Amino acid sequence: MALHIIDRRLAGKNKSIGNRERFLRRYKGQITDAVRRAVSNRDIRDIEQSENITIPKKDIGEPAFHHGPGGVRDSVHPGNKDHLRGDLIARPPPGAGGGSQATDSGEGEDDFTFTLSKEEFMQLFFDDLALPRLLRTAISDNPDWKSHRAGYTLGGTPNNLAVVRSMRGALGRRIAMGRGSHRLLEEKRQRLSELVSLQMEDAQDAPEVVQLRLDIAKLELRIKRIAFLDPIDLRFRNRVRVPVPSSRAVMFCLMDVSGSMDRERKDLSKRFFILLYLFLTRQYERIDIVFIRHHTQAQEVTEDQFFHATESGGTVVSSALVLMREIMLARYPSGDWNIYAAQASDGDNFTNDSAHCRELLGDGILPLVRYFAYVQVAPEVQNLWLEYQQLVEVHPNFAMRMVSAASEIYPVFRDLFKKEGVEA
Amino acid sequence: MSQQPTYPAHERRGTENLRSVPPSGDRRPRAVLQAPRTAPSRAAQHLPDPSDWSFELVERYHEAIRQTAERFGLDTYPNQLEIITAEQMMDAYASVGMPVNYRHWSYGKQFLATERNYRRGHMGLAYEIVINANPCISYLMEENTTAMQALVIAHAAYGHNSFFKGNYLFRMWTDASSIIDYLVYARNYVSECEERHGLEAVESLIDSCHALASQGVDRYRRPAKKSLAREVAEREERERHAQQQVNELWSTLPQRAEKVEGPQAAERFPKEPQENLLYFIEKNAPLLEPWQREVVRIVRKVAQYFYPQRQTQVMNEGWATFWHHKLLNTLYDDGHLSNGMMIEWMTSHTNVIYQPPVDHRAYSGINPYALGFAMYTDIKRICDAPNDEDRAWFPEWAGAPWLPTLDHAMRNFKDESFVGQFLSPRLMRDLRLFAIHDDEAESDLEVSAIHDDAGYQNLRQTLSRQYDLGTREPNIQVWNVNLRGDRSMTLRHTQYQNRPLAEDAQEVLKHVARLWGMGVHLESVNAAGTVTQTLSVPAPI
Repeated sequence: MALHIIDRRLAGKNKSIGNRERFLRRYKGQITDAVRRAVSNRDIRDIEQSENITIPKKDIGEPAFHHGPGGVRDSVHPGNKDHLRGDLIARPPPGAGGGSQATDSGEGEDDFTFTLSKEEFMQLFFDDLALPRLLRTAISDNPDWKSHRAGYTLGGTPNNLAVVRSMRGALGRRIAMGRGSHRLLEEKRQRLSELVSLQMEDAQDAPEVVQLRLDIAKLELRIKRIAFLDPIDLRFRNRVRVPVPSSRAVMFCLMDVSGSMDRERKDLSKRFFILLYLFLTRQYERIDIVFIRHHTQAQEVTEDQFFHATESGGTVVSSALVLMREIMLARYPSGDWNIYAAQASDGDNFTNDSAHCRELLGDGILPLVRYFAYVQVAPEVQNLWLEYQQLVEVHPNFAMRMVSAASEIYPVFRDLFKKEGVEA
Repeated sequence: MSQQPTYPAHERRGTENLRSVPPSGDRRPRAVLQAPRTAPSRAAQHLPDPSDWSFELVERYHEAIRQTAERFGLDTYPNQLEIITAEQMMDAYASVGMPVNYRHWSYGKQFLATERNYRRGHMGLAYEIVINANPCISYLMEENTTAMQALVIAHAAYGHNSFFKGNYLFRMWTDASSIIDYLVYARNYVSECEERHGLEAVESLIDSCHALASQGVDRYRRPAKKSLAREVAEREERERHAQQQVNELWSTLPQRAEKVEGPQAAERFPKEPQENLLYFIEKNAPLLEPWQREVVRIVRKVAQYFYPQRQTQVMNEGWATFWHHKLLNTLYDDGHLSNGMMIEWMTSHTNVIYQPPVDHRAYSGINPYALGFAMYTDIKRICDAPNDEDRAWFPEWAGAPWLPTLDHAMRNFKDESFVGQFLSPRLMRDLRLFAIHDDEAESDLEVSAIHDDAGYQNLRQTLSRQYDLGTREPNIQVWNVNLRGDRSMTLRHTQYQNRPLAEDAQEVLKHVARLWGMGVHLESVNAAGTVTQTLSVPAPI
């Protein structure tokens, strides 16, 4: 009866991951809805987080034959205080719980809640956007890393051994450890040579001489025992991995908030902005986001105001472009910043303004930005669309697209992603 | 040792060879000790008691516990202790205590629910899970302190372990040496099916089987023990054969055609009502593919494996609790345990056996740990120091040596008969038990018995029946298959005390129809023999 104690802590975590996958697959409908809701409620910067998903309990029940309420029940309970045989007790109202029969699971909640991990959340978000698989991994991957020298450490692999440093340490240690012995040895040797030179005849047999010889031998042995190289001398070159800092970027979000932009169109626009933001987070360490909303006038606002405030009235798109250019010149000189811009609109514009927009964009903005993407979230072709189309051929850093579902957003950025070395 | 039932579970070792499993060991009962062996001289110094455990310490405690258990003649499978993390414990929870099981979304759901409750601090994890296998595997959580590890070792590795090895239901229904292999086989087979027939098809099939899992056990017939090799070899044979069997269901048609008018023609199929719905479906459902029959069989087998667990909760937990209490106290008396250790495990022990009274907020029925522990302790008392009442109620055991009596009480009963046989008047008074009679026809509940002379018998009977699986679950049998018409199957629910089926019966019936492939009806019959409720589901398209 030998005892086995087995340490299983390192073996198989997540054994039920397969079960979890099956669960998520089964309730994909509900979960996707929840993800959509979450995306429209979240700030762009917080998009990559886990999410609590709630599913109504009745949807995930597993039916089995049970006794229903009714009929005759006899049950035994502990802790009788004052009941006597034959006592009558008013029937507790149904659903009062704790009465005569407790629920089997002990949990009376209506909904089943669980947490979707960050990765799963993003996966579903990408599903919605119909992002190609290769691109997903590129986006979800960590940014590039660079290996840096960072001093020395006590541990490491042999190929990182810093020989000079180690030898220097060893030398110091040898000196420090042998210091006393060396001095003593020196003294004894001197004394010995003195004695020997003084008393030529019986020097070899004098007790002091014998003693000195013994001591000297002992000391020499002790000095010899000091290790030439000790494990504690070893130093290794330390390397740390740091994310490659690819400087700063700013992202301009331009959106039309005139009356014709309803909630659905705004949600669609939001996904468009999020996708660009996600892309930028992989490339740049620091990203500023500037939100510019416009109807007939443009203003810079917070994210909350950007997505949730409603305005009405006409539309003058150029106002936003003018404001963007002002901000760009004032705060984000294109030499220091990588400038990206995303514009969403339903294409409705004050007729005379569209040509002006094209000029502004073509001459004032596009030469300064890395990429400018425009989506029109309404299907009608209007004059703004036509004007913008003229820019596409001239400026490779401009992309535009008409979008009516989230899955159509991605192609807007196709060129952008391609340019950054991601085969889409 | 929280309220969670300790289901058996098992795990496959990487190096394990499926075909060379050690034999299940000695299954004959050993000679039962009449009295504990004499104690060794008191230890000079107690075992070290830092709160952090180490492998060496666990081994030393285990050794001390083993020696003490031997003195009481506890007969166990060899022990194997495994250290796992909280997360692994949740993994084990998620699939009813069996870390290797076929994959199904419902286990994922279970895991998520457990994880959420755990993270929010709604529940503590069980300190241990013990697997009814040979060797008996006990999981120790790394978060436990030394005292808790000692408690778990005494509780699981000696308490539950000896129960698994001794109790007649486990001996009859489960085969500790082969369950591991069977589950590995089941997992592989199901994932093979998923590859071949698609996740959806397998998932919906298992859904349907799970809905009937409680009705998928043989209550009286004893299964033959089979090795895995035989199981695999027989599968192909069975698949061929089963298909032919089913075809007979069709082939009877021409023979009957001539005497259809005669009243004798109404011969029933099945000849006698069948209690095991899954078995009946596996053997007779006309439209199932061979692989589907095999999956039905797997679910049925696993349900059968759990059947003894569900029938011996009070006994099993009570036995384990009684023994950890006894073993650790004896260790203390022998000078092995420090005072601090004692206080720590006692705190935990007291929590485990706490029974909130009926009007308490936390009350949710009788705590099986509390009842079981109290009953075994009480049996020992009846043996050691009986009074007149005990002599009148338990003439056989009053004054008898306690060790063989307890052994007998562990081996030869299930919860229902255990309570019916051993619940003493004194314990009923101590627990202040009372019975409530709830008749739908009456406006009030009635207290039908309390802990007094007039009520003891009644209380004991009622409580015993409360643990009878036959009354806890609706009695549903295959009643008839319409052989000459649409081949619809009729199930019959014989109501227990006129209790109807819960609402989701209709949902379950859809699952039955999916398995059967034809229409399904369910009749609910009350005590007077009249059909009070009929449910029907048409044949799935």
